[in-house]
Formats: sequence, C-alpha cells, structure tokens
Amino acid sequence: MKDEDFGDNESLELLKTSGNNFFLTSIDSLLNWGRSNSVWPLTFATSCCGIEMMAAGASRHDFARFGIEVYRASPRQADVIVVAGTIVHKMVPVLKRLYDQMPDPKYVIAMGACAVSGGPFFYNSYSVVRGVDHVIPVDVYIPGCPPRPEALLYGVMQLQRKIKGESFTNPADQTDRLL
Amino acid sequence: MLNKEELSEIIRKYVPEAVFPEGTQLLEVIVPSEQYLSLAEKLKSDPALAFDYLITQTAVDFTTKFTVVCHLDSVKFRHMLVLKSELTDRDNPAIDSLSGLYPTAEFFEREIFDLFGIRFNNHPNMKRLFLEDDYGYPLRKDFRDEINIIER
Amino acid sequence: MSEEIIKDVIVGEHEDYIINMGPQHPSTHGVLRLEVCLKGETVKYLVPHVGYIHRGIEKMCEANTYQQIIHLTDRMDYLSAHMNNEAVCMIVEDAMQVEVPERVKYIRTILDELNRIASHQLWWCAFGMDLGALTSFFYGLRDREHILDIFEESFGSRLLHSFVCPGGLMHDVHPNFQKRTKEFVKYFKTKLPEYDQLLTGNIIFQNRAIGIGHMSRETAIGFGVTGPSGRGSNFSCDVRKIAPYGAYDKVQFNEILEPGCDVFARYKVRMAEMWESLSIIEQLIDNIPEGDYTAKMKPIIKLPAGEYFRRVETARGELAVYVVSDGNKSPYRMKFRTPNFSNLFVMNEIASGYKIADLIAISGSLDLVIPDIDR
Repeated sequence: MKDEDFGDNESLELLKTSGNNFFLTSIDSLLNWGRSNSVWPLTFATSCCGIEMMAAGASRHDFARFGIEVYRASPRQADVIVVAGTIVHKMVPVLKRLYDQMPDPKYVIAMGACAVSGGPFFYNSYSVVRGVDHVIPVDVYIPGCPPRPEALLYGVMQLQRKIKGESFTNPADQTDRLL
Repeated sequence: MLNKEELSEIIRKYVPEAVFPEGTQLLEVIVPSEQYLSLAEKLKSDPALAFDYLITQTAVDFTTKFTVVCHLDSVKFRHMLVLKSELTDRDNPAIDSLSGLYPTAEFFEREIFDLFGIRFNNHPNMKRLFLEDDYGYPLRKDFRDEINIIER
Repeated sequence: MSEEIIKDVIVGEHEDYIINMGPQHPSTHGVLRLEVCLKGETVKYLVPHVGYIHRGIEKMCEANTYQQIIHLTDRMDYLSAHMNNEAVCMIVEDAMQVEVPERVKYIRTILDELNRIASHQLWWCAFGMDLGALTSFFYGLRDREHILDIFEESFGSRLLHSFVCPGGLMHDVHPNFQKRTKEFVKYFKTKLPEYDQLLTGNIIFQNRAIGIGHMSRETAIGFGVTGPSGRGSNFSCDVRKIAPYGAYDKVQFNEILEPGCDVFARYKVRMAEMWESLSIIEQLIDNIPEGDYTAKMKPIIKLPAGEYFRRVETARGELAVYVVSDGNKSPYRMKFRTPNFSNLFVMNEIASGYKIADLIAISGSLDLVIPDIDR
C-alpha cells in the first residue's frame, strides 16, 4: 500500500514529520523490508477473539499473503504476539514471561476490546486486567468485539508500516522497545 | 417417574425434619446440615428413587445465612429434586462433602469454597480452584474490593 | 515469578517426571494448564489447573439487568453463543409467564441448529489439526464461512450475535434468510461425504482413535459428562428429547448414541449430529409461520421473587441456568452450570494409562472451550 492511502492515520503522520524518515538509507530500507514482510506470530489466544484469528488464517481471508504465515508455538522463535482475548490477574505472570522470552525485535498487537481496555468486563469484574498495556508495551490496538478478520489484516498492515519507519542506523528511536 | 407428593412422602420417612416449601417450580427439600449427607446417600441408593446424576451444586448468600443447593436428576426415571441445606455460621461455615457419592461434586465443592468460603468435611482436595490463595471470597454479599472492581 | 506458577505442584514419587502443558499451548482450546505426570511416555495421572480466564461473570450478573446479561452469556461458550442466549431468555419468559409467538420458536430452533453445525465444523477442524492433519483446518473453516455469511446478513455480526431478547428476537430476519439457508443445506450435504473421505476412513486416524480414552457409562453419569462426549458412551442425555423447548417437539430427529465409549465413538456421534441438524433445518425452514417477531414486554424486566431453573442443549452438553430473584431488575444470584466444567474433570480418569500423544486425541474428542469452565 502506498503511504498516501494511510492518510487518516495521525500518529504515523506525526512519526513521519518528526524526522523519522522512511527509507532513509539502503541498509535501513533493506532490513525493514525483510522484517516487515515476515513477522511470525506466537499462538496465543485466550478467548473468543482467537476464533476470529483462526478464521483470518483460513482460506477466505488468508493472512499468509502478508507474511504472517507460520504460527510458532515457542516464543523463542516468534516475532509478534497477538494478544487475542481477555487477560486476568492469574494469567499476567505467564504473559510477562512469554514476552520476556521473545527475542528482539518484537512487537505486540492487542486484538479485541478485552485486550485494548477490558472490554465488556470493564465494570463490576474483580479479576480482569483492564487492557494488556498494563503489562506489556503495545504497538497496534485493534478494537472490536470480536474484530472482523479484515480488521486484523488492517492492524497487521499498520504494524508493517510502523516497522518500515524504524531505523537500524539510529537506534535511539528503539529505546522504548527495550523495556 | 414419581410425582411431587410421592417423592415428598418417601423423603419424609427418611428425614422427618425435612421442610418442603410451597409453590416452587421443582420439588425442593430443606434439611438440617447434619442429615444432608445421609439423605443424599439414601436418595442415590433407594431403587425407587435412583438419583444418580448431580446436575449442579452451588451456594447462595442470604446475608444472615448460606444455603447450599444441589439439583439432582435420575437417569432411569427422569424426576428432579432440589436438595438444600442452610448454614448459619458466617465465620467458619462447614458441611459434609458429597464427593464419595458423586465424583463431580468434588469440583463443584472446590468452586463453592473458592467463591464463598464454605468448607466441606472429608473432601479429598480442599483447595481453591480459580483464584489465588490470598484473594478473599468474591461472591459473598459483603465483599468489597476497591482496587480491582470498578463499580457502576 | 516461577514460584507463583508452580506453587501448587503435587510432588510425586522418586521416578516421576512432571511436565506442564502450560496455559499457552497450540491446541487452540484456550488457556488450560495440565500438569502431567509421566513414566516414560505413559501418563500416570494428570491434574488440570483452571482459572486463567476467570472473569467473574456470575458476580457481574448481580449488577446487570437481564437484557445486559444476555451479552455476557455470549462470551462464555462462544461457539454455541445462541444457545446460551436462549437459555437466559427462556428463563425470563418462564418466570414472567410470557408466551412467545410461533414464528420466534421456529427461527430460534433453526438458528440453534445452524450454530450447532458451525460449532461441530470448528471442532472437526481443530481435531484434525491437533492430530496433524492440517488439511481439515482449511476444509472446515471454508464451509463455516457460509454459515457466518448467513448470520452476518441477518444480525450484523459473525460470532457473538446476541440476537434474541426476552420475548422474542431483536428484529426480524433478513428476507434472504430462508433462501440462503436452503442453499447452504444443499451445499453442505455434498461436502460432508468429503469430510468422511478425509478423516473417518483414514487408517492412520483410526489407529489413533479406536480404543483410546475409554469412558464407561457409569463414569459418564458420575462425572456429569453430557453432550456428544456422554452420548459416545451410551448415556442418553439429550435435553432436546428429555424436556423439549422451542420447536423441537414438532420435528422428528434421532438421538445419536454410540456404545463404543472411545475417541472414535465420540467422533462418530458428532459427525452424525451434523446430519441430524441438517435434517431438522430442512423440516422447519419451509414452514416458518408468519407473525410477530416478539411478544410485548416492558422495558424494565423484574422477575417475581423466587427460584427458577432451565436447561438447554448446547453443542457441548447441557447448560443449566439457576436464578434466585428477589423482585429487582438484577438477579440476586445467577448460576450457570456449564457443560465444559463437568466434561473437563473426567480427563484424569480416562487419560491415565495411555501415551502422551493419545492425551491430545482425548482432549480433542472432549471438545473443550475453556472460558466456559472458568466463566
């Protein structure tokens, strides 16, 4: 997709104007092209959004054409963790441990209303964590309950665009990722 | 299949103190907690009753007392019964366990212990099921947790 | 941090080897932690740990009105969401003594059966995938998309619709609903024999499924295992036959019972149930009576004080709802007896003594959905 087609995306426009130039050097562009077109996710689905994630991988909305082809069962071999479903207090140490075991560069997509902010369980629930960004830093938020598979594909495209904006030769932009 | 009157006759012979509330959807019987286990044994072993399928077991918190409620069904005769027992001690409520009769009761009782704090005597594995050890008993009516619950 | 995760390990004997099939594993059933004690490759015993998706739905029900609770029940067993919604609606209608129109009963039953087929299709995909036959994943989801198209046209949502409300439906179905459902039934009847060709007659699959995970009828009744898992052990537990609701008393269908008691018997029950569901839909789809799509209900629903009980048959077993009401617009106590809670805890009985690879086949044949266990 061309940059102009993402015209309604404010935060990425800010990134562009703040001096983070796309395709700055040829090393950057080569690395970012490789990384963005081949993000491999970890199998992590807690509840209903997991079914829409599986449907996005099936034959109608195929996400293998975006490069997220192989699901890795082990976090040591995965690039992105798509948190699909509600996170509760008992699950938090497990999620943090999985995130820590993933090698850099790693990304997080929060899929579904429960992972974004607690979703339908925001009021009156005693054990739900209101948003997975209380635990790990999130790159892309996908709202919906559950989001359509096309929404997941759009989220992945946004992630690819964000990766293209990274800079290997200027790693100061990556410090917030090293938490 | 026995109807409500015949069932209540048979139960009254086993436990004379049983109380049968009027006007309910299914036949309900309230027994004192000391005779809860012995009545359950008779309900399962009596060939005319044959209540061998425990549908669910739960507890309700009426603010002065707890009530343990079991819904029983018979696979052969298809009649249903609700067995209840009341506990008035709110600090250390305890009642007998049905896990010797129905294997599934072991897990229903762990859930009740987790959410209400009611202990079951002679239970093989009395531990919490869903929550962590220091959490408190959320389904009690006097449970307040300002940190985790956002009330509306 | 590791202490918190392993704090309730059961310490076994000297040569026991305990491994953790942890909360994150690729069998896509959800977050279930199985602590498996092995001797060589044979499973000695296993202990399931649940609670990794416990959201406190029963406590939330005490603070919400009955119409809001319907949206919460969707998220418990999301693959038979319509049956869960229908259970709450029916208990409210029984308590308020409201009679729903005939049109509503027919449409609810047709949607129940479509949802049952969609759930069994997803079970078939995931079961084949767990055993290594990745092709079944694509076949099953391709056909499931047809049902989701029908849902999306009428309700607007693919997975969690909340289309029923106490008194009837939220709005009438789309005019194309009947035509598209008939086309789907015709299409799917040509596809089900393909499923049989892929897996049922496959010699590798039969070797992995026949004779594995034996569950006797007494075990099934004692642990309360209902649904297709129980019917694979000759336990007759179909609520649609015991206490018919909706339009089930107007159709002819068989309750599928298999005496085999193993993984293959449970598999055959679910495949046969898909055929029965197609036949139920065929009997009802041409005869939907005209009329209102809802009965008149007040906007604020207050159940009269008392206790109510209702059972329905979801795709995985018997769901029972128990409500204690004190006359307010929220229930005083609402308890859901979910089928997966009872189906899970039989696993120690039936998986002990088999190899660890058989454990995957057994848990796939029980067809568990973990948020239903934890609520």
